[in-house]
Amino acid sequence: MTGTPGEGTRFRGRAWLFGPDISTDMLSPGQYVHDPPEVRLRHVLEPARPEFASQVRPGDIVVAAANFGCGSSRESAPQHLKDLGVAVVVADSLARIFARNAIALGLPALSCPGVSTAVRDQEIVEVDVEAGEVVVGDGRTVLSADRIPEPMLDVLRLGGIEPMLAALAAQRR
Amino acid sequence: MTEEPGASAAPPQSEAMTAAEAALARAAGVARVEPGEYVVAEIDAMMMHDIFAADVLEMLERTGIERLHDASRVTVVFDHMVPAPSVAAAEHQAKARRLLRRYEIDAFFEIGRGICHQVMVEEGRVRSGELVVGTDSHTTTYGAVGAAGCGIGSSEMAYALATGKLWFKVPETVLVVLEGRLASMVTAKDLVLYLMREGGSAEAQYRSVEHGGAGTDSLSLSERMTIANMGVEMGAKFSLFPADGAPTMRSGARYVATHTVDLGALSPQVAVPHHVENVVDVGEVAGLRLDQVFLGSCTNGRLEDLRAAAAILRGQKIAPWVRMIVTPASSRVYQQAAAEGILADLSAAGAIVEGPGCGPCFGGHLGLLAAGERCLGTHNRNFRGRMGSPEGEIYLGSPATAAASALAGEIADPRELVVRTEAEEVAP
Ligand code: SF4
Repeated sequence: MTGTPGEGTRFRGRAWLFGPDISTDMLSPGQYVHDPPEVRLRHVLEPARPEFASQVRPGDIVVAAANFGCGSSRESAPQHLKDLGVAVVVADSLARIFARNAIALGLPALSCPGVSTAVRDQEIVEVDVEAGEVVVGDGRTVLSADRIPEPMLDVLRLGGIEPMLAALAAQRR
Repeated sequence: MTEEPGASAAPPQSEAMTAAEAALARAAGVARVEPGEYVVAEIDAMMMHDIFAADVLEMLERTGIERLHDASRVTVVFDHMVPAPSVAAAEHQAKARRLLRRYEIDAFFEIGRGICHQVMVEEGRVRSGELVVGTDSHTTTYGAVGAAGCGIGSSEMAYALATGKLWFKVPETVLVVLEGRLASMVTAKDLVLYLMREGGSAEAQYRSVEHGGAGTDSLSLSERMTIANMGVEMGAKFSLFPADGAPTMRSGARYVATHTVDLGALSPQVAVPHHVENVVDVGEVAGLRLDQVFLGSCTNGRLEDLRAAAAILRGQKIAPWVRMIVTPASSRVYQQAAAEGILADLSAAGAIVEGPGCGPCFGGHLGLLAAGERCLGTHNRNFRGRMGSPEGEIYLGSPATAAASALAGEIADPRELVVRTEAEEVAP
């Protein structure tokens, strides 16, 4: 779901493990809000794992404990993860606004109770977004995630809200 | 939707629905909705502030959306990075101003008018029974006037501006029954911190919180705003108070959980680093030395809050090692506080009074912390890094606790101060 409608909904990537209550202040600190993008990206998740921003690679997967993305409504929080190449976010639970924002940007985000204890940092994890399935340790453990509701899956399939608006604008013309 | 937005004509079954369900059903144009269901709802009011307005409107421009669905429902308030602390912020705001004209948004409040949520309520831009969205998580504040308000991101706001609609999941509702009255020096902030301590985000996550019971009648609009404001810290989608004249609890409505709180039994509460749920009685942290005290924000920057602090600080001096920052929530609050001599009293006590706006609340500017520094503030979040250095510590408390702590130079229980003052007063 990298913006191309109908593209695969399965991801396989290296996991970055985070604890509970990772806030939008950690994902996108307020003090850099007007700094250029490259500066802002350098500070993503800095308070939780200072090495993350420099070592994360495209296709990596963020795995976290409960209440991931709590805090403000800033869309830069999921946007920064997307810009760093994170393919999908899976957490024991997601904060409401973060979950909606991620999907609005075309970044799949799943609630999957227990995922943070099943996954080890830096191991390879497979996530099937539409099926709501997380496979850990070469099939050792299969966890079921909460299915993303159909209206949100539609947004994801279209690559996020921006392409939806472009289509709407074209229709209106 | 044929109904005029904001008309409080509720469908007949609304008694048997929670306030959140009733607001969503009305906005979706259906007789009733069930928790868990998704509805597409017409939005009554939309709010943006200076951090996101430009991004949202740029997305509309980029995607070729020529005009808004209904610009009259939109309010924009510049409150976060005001006055612009950097060239980048100034450019960002200039871009937003251009786009506001381009999209014919007339309800625009410039820097200095105040914090968006305060301005929305003061200007009557939100009314009871309405469904309101804002590009700010503390949009829950509007629950104080009976409006279902929630925060959304920039992309969803762009969609809402273009179409007037958005999809919502109907939340389950938790009922908080308030009884009795708050004791002296115990405030609405202490109540909401206590609720965080008891239920926290586990209980209210994705749900709507509704307040009822006889105790709600004793709470002023300002106090209700403090409580509804922090609803989002519990993870709640809405935090609602009954509209004026409405019954405080809806007969037949389904609540997933009910909590009863005796207001009279509450004591001053403090949230300790680095999460709003880490709440303790003030006594447990009393004596911790402070570097900074912040009185302000959309949680506690209103007239009642400034009055409470001034009542403690009038004629006194704050501890010489403490920096006390005061940010009135709006120009009206500022002017009234000036007229009452409150700003002069706070200044004479050693505080710095900043202009109306968010101030240092979100760590943008106007009073950030250095590593190792400790602040007690009346705002709503104490996440690591929220106010500057990730190595700074943020404690949250009421305006009374903040003023007492500024005076003492360390976290202090405002009730003990009262006892001392009264004793001094009766002494010959
Ligand atoms: S005062 Fe603080 S919490 Fe309120 S809107 Fe401003 S930054 Fe957000």
